[in-house]
Amino acid sequence: MTKPMTISEKILAVHAGLDFVEPGQLVEVNVDMALGNDITAPISIKIVRDANIKNVFDKEKIALVADHFVPNKDIKSAEQAKILRDFAREYGIVNHFDGGKTGVEHVLLPEKGLVLPGDVIIGADSHTCTYGAMGAFATGVGSTDLAATMITGKTWFKVPETIKFIYKGALQPWVTGKDLILYAIGDIGVDGALYQAMEFTGEVIDRLSMAERFTMSNMAIEAGGKVGMIAPDQKTLDFVKPRAKRAFKCYASDNDANYARVIEYDCSKIEPQIAFPHLPENTKGISEARGLAIDQVVIGSCTNGRIEDLEVAANILKGRKVASSVRCIVLPTTPTVYGEAMERGYLKIFLDAGMVIGPPTCGPCLGGHMGILAKGERSLASTNRNFVGRMGHPESEVYLASPAICAASAVCGKIASPEEL
Amino acid sequence: MNFTGKTWKFGENIDTDVIIPARYLNTSDPQELARHCMEDADPEFHKKLAKGDIIVGGKNFGCGSSREHAPIAIKAAGICCVIAPTFARIFYRNAFNMGLPIFECKEAAEDIQQGDQIEVDGATGVIKNLATGKIYQAKPIPAFMQELIMDGGLIAHILKKNEPA
Ligand code: SF4
Repeated sequence: MTKPMTISEKILAVHAGLDFVEPGQLVEVNVDMALGNDITAPISIKIVRDANIKNVFDKEKIALVADHFVPNKDIKSAEQAKILRDFAREYGIVNHFDGGKTGVEHVLLPEKGLVLPGDVIIGADSHTCTYGAMGAFATGVGSTDLAATMITGKTWFKVPETIKFIYKGALQPWVTGKDLILYAIGDIGVDGALYQAMEFTGEVIDRLSMAERFTMSNMAIEAGGKVGMIAPDQKTLDFVKPRAKRAFKCYASDNDANYARVIEYDCSKIEPQIAFPHLPENTKGISEARGLAIDQVVIGSCTNGRIEDLEVAANILKGRKVASSVRCIVLPTTPTVYGEAMERGYLKIFLDAGMVIGPPTCGPCLGGHMGILAKGERSLASTNRNFVGRMGHPESEVYLASPAICAASAVCGKIASPEEL
Repeated sequence: MNFTGKTWKFGENIDTDVIIPARYLNTSDPQELARHCMEDADPEFHKKLAKGDIIVGGKNFGCGSSREHAPIAIKAAGICCVIAPTFARIFYRNAFNMGLPIFECKEAAEDIQQGDQIEVDGATGVIKNLATGKIYQAKPIPAFMQELIMDGGLIAHILKKNEPA
């Protein structure tokens, strides 16, 4: 007799070589892809080198992405990117991204087909949970964990309980995946899913594009979630199949699987969401945020910097101008996204609107570079975190919203929805 | 993997700043960290405890910053394991990775009194209060994790496994 399991439990069981796992159990699992970036990987690399390890477990199952502070913003970041470059060359790491090949890691890896449904993926970056949108068990770990996995190809997990979210009903105009995840974070709080897997289900999720699903899974960590799981369907396969270079497997939760909680949302009641400073859980409907003056708008990041996000922004900005009081920055997240935006004429629209077009980098999302806020300034951003000082001065403010709201607000100079244009 | 020791009780939400105050983070020497373990909750703590003692904490033990110094300080101070109803997520991972065994058990954490002599069987998860005779059940530690702890933590463990035979 097989016992019922959720997707997360099934993936962990298979990777641990077990028939069944249950929440709370400690398991050792094989890892399909281990990721590090220019901030976290240097620490892991030092551990590997200090231990005198000469070979990694698999040269193709490690991804090193220089994306946070590139093109190198200062000497320190240049040194960090160099640590990745030297290590990749010496150890023969196949998937090292730098220079004109690099992009924001959590957009780049799915785009390149390096992460697939049914995988166990660890990354020394908290937004590694993004790949849950493809039905993978993907989660952020520390640099020590990454080092251990680079050597052994394994890691350990405590099997998480799962919270099931069911999204029902018709969406209001301009409500997107971003609004649906912000709403959930506002509902359960920034630690509402601590230790737990979040599983997004329902007719609304079925209708969402892959881009919007990635946005939702990306922000699971903003509710403390270990993973943000979405069951693969035809859309997933359409996305994955042309990209995958190895076999993969799609899992679905059993109907009678055990959930810690089941939360149901009637989406017809959800309006576009804005997260107020200084926590992603401080969400309000746009009707409570309208008219708030802004100094900067950022469209980009692993949350909302995909071609679909730029498309939404371009459609709104076409033939319009960014308000003179606002600096509006767009950062296409990968070279492919950049090229596509160029071919489709979006970059021209952005330039004509008076926007700044940045390279594929994390940039201002973590207050790194290319759009830092001064004291007292306020930014609206399509990014994922609005902690104190996240985008610059400790006394600056970040509001989070979807690309549509960001674009409309850039034109109005204050928080606005596209309907107001 | 068995532990027997006298317990030290702490309250809820013991954060990593209490476990090892940030002002001592300019070193990663375990013995130096051990001297300041729990200093802000009890300045004399490291002098009072004996090797093999056990910490019993309240819920959300180890919350706050993600520093790996916290489990290192506890371990280096001579504490053999920690029991609490729940641990903060990152502390949980860091503790095992640094080779400090921890046990989640609400009943035991609430019942056990300061100074009780207790016995913990890591493999079965059974906690026995030798003072009262009461028995509690925590989740057992699987074999691979026991090995990791015995080796002194994640990195030491994998290096041992990687040694040419
Ligand atoms: S875009 Fe922002 S959240 Fe995403 S990986 Fe970069 S810094 Fe982190």
